[in-house]
Amino acid sequence: MDFALSPNRVDFVPRTVTQPAKIVIAGAFAVGKTTFVASVSEVAPLRMEEPIIRASTTVDDLTGTPGKNTTTVGLDYGRIHLGNQLVLYLFGTPGQIRFRPLWEDLTEGALGALVLADTRDLDASHDILGLLESQNTPYAVAINLFDHAPRYPLPEIRQALALEDHTPLTECDAREYGSCLQALITLTEYLTRPAPPLEPQP
Amino acid sequence: MTGPRQDPDLIRPYVRTGGRTRPSQDVRLESLVFAATGTVQGLGPDARRVLALFTPSQGGGLAVADIAATLALPPSATRILVADLMDQGLLTAPTAAEPERPAASLMERVLDGLRALA
Repeated sequence: MDFALSPNRVDFVPRTVTQPAKIVIAGAFAVGKTTFVASVSEVAPLRMEEPIIRASTTVDDLTGTPGKNTTTVGLDYGRIHLGNQLVLYLFGTPGQIRFRPLWEDLTEGALGALVLADTRDLDASHDILGLLESQNTPYAVAINLFDHAPRYPLPEIRQALALEDHTPLTECDAREYGSCLQALITLTEYLTRPAPPLEPQP
Repeated sequence: MTGPRQDPDLIRPYVRTGGRTRPSQDVRLESLVFAATGTVQGLGPDARRVLALFTPSQGGGLAVADIAATLALPPSATRILVADLMDQGLLTAPTAAEPERPAASLMERVLDGLRALA
């Protein structure tokens, strides 16, 4: 943890920056979220660590065995300067949805989410898509093209993920800057479009 | 500094924040803060560490996430610490926090900025 003792390594944003924006990079375990953030961030990605008290214990349990009751969830993030005044933060989410308060902290105020998925385990994305939908966080999906993963036509993937027609679905290589940037543009274009029609009002 | 007593994970976040679990104002992980002048009396050790981070800032700012990552503080507790320091006038935000639903104009600015990089 020597980084904690080296505050002079902090990378300050210039005083001209007045506006932060946030996009979350979501997806199941080992789907390439950290790689994506590292590829597109202008600074070396940083990691926060949130101690989580396991749900099986109560917050009043002070019996002195915290190592057994807590786990730590690492949250990687990076940033991109968009002109002099605006900085975009990209936060990777946990791979599981069981840390709900943490998800809420991450998605609160986010412009939207880019959900990465792996064709070898599309089912692993369902919980995360469901959570984003329940939080009303708009999202796009990007298939991370792993070298040895099978390729499928996007319409088949759309069906497998049960995506709405308006939800953008694209492909990217999380190792490549330009590819990641394009996936973020796909999401942001969607976010700037007028909202899809809602259910008929009663 | 490797003994278990020094492990910050062993202190529950709410202990670090005087028992509070929510920040006093809308402070998010991506919120930017800059150093300001205010009274430094009566600050806890974590708050002093946060302020010390800004010593070499030369007017630059940090996101709440940067503070959490650099000081190895839980992000949930860092939001509360930063909100307290803003209440005391020791840290300041560049602008008011965004409303709950991000304005379309901000999305447009992000899109224009990303396209300019592509």
